[in-house]
Amino acid sequence: MQVYFDDRLVPHVFAKNDADLYFMQGYITAKYRLWQMEIQTHDAAGRLSEIAGEKTLEKDKLTRRIGMPWSAEAAEEYIKKDEFSRNLIEAYCKGVNAYIQQLSPKDYPFEYKLLNYEPEEWKPIKVALLLKNMANMLSVYEYDIENANFISKFGEAEYRKLYPDWVQDEEPIVPSGTPWVQPLSAKELSTSEHRTSLSAMAHITKPDEITGSNNWAVSGSKTKSGKPILCNDPHLKLSLPAIWYEMHLVSPNMNVYGATLPGSPAVISGFNDSIAWGVTNAGRDVRDWYTIQFKDDSRNEYQYNGQWVKSEKRIEKHYVRGKGVVEDEVIYTRFGPVVFDKNFGQASSTQNLAMKWTAHIPSNEFKTFYLFNCGKNYDDYIEALNHYTCPAQNFVFAARSGDIAIKEQGRFPIRNKATEQGKFLSQGNSAVDEWVDFIPNEANPTSKNPARGFVSSANQHPTDSTYPYYYPGVGVYENYRNRVINQLLADNNAIDADFMKKMQDNNFNLQAKEALPVMLSLLDSSKINSAFYPVLEQLRQWDCYNNPNSLAASFYEQWWTTLYDWLWDEMSDPLYPMKKPGAYMTLKTLQNDTASQFFDVKATRPKENIHDCVTLTFNLMVENLTAKYGSLESVPVWSLFKDTRVEHLSQQPALSALHVMNGGNRGIINATNSTHGPSWRMIVDFGDMKGYVVYPGGQSGNPGSAYYTNMVDTWAKGAYYTANFIKTPEEMGGKKLFSTTYKP
Amino acid sequence: MKNFILSTVATLALCGLLQLFLPWWIIAVVAGVVAFFVPQKPGFAFLSGFVAVFALWVTYAYLLSSANNHLLAEKVAVLMTDLTKNSIRMLHLITGLVGGLVAGFAALSGSLLVKLIK
Repeated sequence: MQVYFDDRLVPHVFAKNDADLYFMQGYITAKYRLWQMEIQTHDAAGRLSEIAGEKTLEKDKLTRRIGMPWSAEAAEEYIKKDEFSRNLIEAYCKGVNAYIQQLSPKDYPFEYKLLNYEPEEWKPIKVALLLKNMANMLSVYEYDIENANFISKFGEAEYRKLYPDWVQDEEPIVPSGTPWVQPLSAKELSTSEHRTSLSAMAHITKPDEITGSNNWAVSGSKTKSGKPILCNDPHLKLSLPAIWYEMHLVSPNMNVYGATLPGSPAVISGFNDSIAWGVTNAGRDVRDWYTIQFKDDSRNEYQYNGQWVKSEKRIEKHYVRGKGVVEDEVIYTRFGPVVFDKNFGQASSTQNLAMKWTAHIPSNEFKTFYLFNCGKNYDDYIEALNHYTCPAQNFVFAARSGDIAIKEQGRFPIRNKATEQGKFLSQGNSAVDEWVDFIPNEANPTSKNPARGFVSSANQHPTDSTYPYYYPGVGVYENYRNRVINQLLADNNAIDADFMKKMQDNNFNLQAKEALPVMLSLLDSSKINSAFYPVLEQLRQWDCYNNPNSLAASFYEQWWTTLYDWLWDEMSDPLYPMKKPGAYMTLKTLQNDTASQFFDVKATRPKENIHDCVTLTFNLMVENLTAKYGSLESVPVWSLFKDTRVEHLSQQPALSALHVMNGGNRGIINATNSTHGPSWRMIVDFGDMKGYVVYPGGQSGNPGSAYYTNMVDTWAKGAYYTANFIKTPEEMGGKKLFSTTYKP
Repeated sequence: MKNFILSTVATLALCGLLQLFLPWWIIAVVAGVVAFFVPQKPGFAFLSGFVAVFALWVTYAYLLSSANNHLLAEKVAVLMTDLTKNSIRMLHLITGLVGGLVAGFAALSGSLLVKLIK
């Protein structure tokens, strides 16, 4: 087995068969990313406290209680039954272990010494855990408890106004008019309307700023070369070592290049010489909460359909560093684990909340990626997707032969539209809210070679409202990036890779373009301090691009967030968690609901109206900025204001890349805020069969390596590296840094 | 004075050599043994062990750290204490101090052991 490293330390692995290939992938990944792989699986297994002590115990308990290790064990059992997958995953693990075994303590990666512990054996369960970790990261898009809380506090009318399932300005992933696969038979679903009213209750804290992703592919009819081009940039938390590890894997079955997930075999987002694919998060609601009533304190039985049903118990043992073993009893019901109960998450409540989640269903996502890696055409792509369950993704596809496509794949429960099942808290004492069946794979939203010549997704609605299956669309879908992407792709023909490079780094802020004129028109200029006029002028003149050197972008961001917090202050209630409406519904409120009760700030005596809200937040914005930076003249331009950082997983500033200077923001194609952004940018041009890639990090996870952060600046500039997508080692030529031969 | 120079050079050379194969605490053994066989006043024995390993470790730390342009040392310097913040030199000195103290006290013990036996 031979591995050639190029000048960016990207390994090009040449193996005689797939087992050898994955052995080598495991070995090399461990060599450069061992600590990261392991800490991520410890995180996924709820075992951080073994290293960090008591401060991570609550986090670990939650991880176990949502069934992460439980579902990873089930997935491992399921994958074992498929001999083919099992052998390849075992080969990968052997490779990782071969590397670990030849380490003596003095060779351990830096972080092990810093935190004083040792690496452990790599097992197939860890591969399963990593995929569950990804599923968990990308399954937060449900607001059952938050929605129910909102209704109990502000009433149904307000709820319908602020959280509609469908909004006007959005272009679904599958263009309207695409024929649907109709359900073969109507499923038996309950029609009884019900909604649980609430007292204060625990919930899983959702990220403030939703991470998202872009992908698109254009067909040959729109490109200079006449061949498709595919692009992908998944937005995630920017971290060091980077979440992705770039690799080139060659065996008789495949020649595949792209981003791998350290700890798991195969390429996740990438291309081979026939096809390319990329992912964005589907964001569909695949997690429901059920209220459980136990018979008594023993919690041995719970009510279901008028009977008492036996529960199962799982004792989770936490080996807390410096404290010893902490046991946590988790009750399992037919719906799934009871996450919140008297033992966890709430001080004084009788509520028991069980979680049902598609990631609990045993599945083999590895097989999807393996089949992509050696895929040749559209049929291979569709077949690969049939093995995919969670986290649901929009898989974009392009083939050298000319096809382009996009499909939203995952397992989605068939939901009852009449009861809006899954949008609120569900009842666990009967079958009324239970999942009956899943939407068949062939009915999942798909678009192949659409007339407009391109496919795209940016976390918006997958379909328009004619889709035959109901799914909640509340507060989940992004409204801006999709429209900018589609406009750019529709307006341009003769597209080439350079166009795509500029496009992935595009800083146009459509949200500001739509909201700023409304905000300016609502402003009562008689109530503005005349010293603040220059700021107003800056904003009036702004082209709405969040470019690195834009000063107006800093003012706009501060004004918008101040206004947003002012407007929805009623929803910052620690006892009743609620989901604040998104940027789009905030603008609609400014435009259409000018007498909304929310314009008044609860903390102040006078009753504020919409003009007060806009005007006072403008003044507040300038005052706060002046206070923060000393004077109005010292307010920094956007890149300095945003101050993007790529943080080491230990959150130690010393090991992080700080003050990364670039543009972008949420809602912008270049969706970089201070901590999140495009974690992998890829452009595949089938015209000359070239791949252009970059990510905010480096190939080595060693903080002492010159390859630890060497790509960060390139990434920030919106520049790329050309992938050395070679067929034989000899083609590497002068790009070769060194090569190693591994003999087992 | 002759014995001071002899014991310092011997400690430095032996530690430098043995450290390549053996665990770090071999410096204590070496410094103790050298102090046992090269008679000196306890205070000078301490100083001799300290100086030898301090010099050895500062030099070795510097060599290791310059191999990658002090990339890791710079990060560890920030990570460790306010004292070492922005100063890899301070980091190297502290490294030397740790080794020096261990070897110094080991040499002191070696030299006191001679007294005890006599």
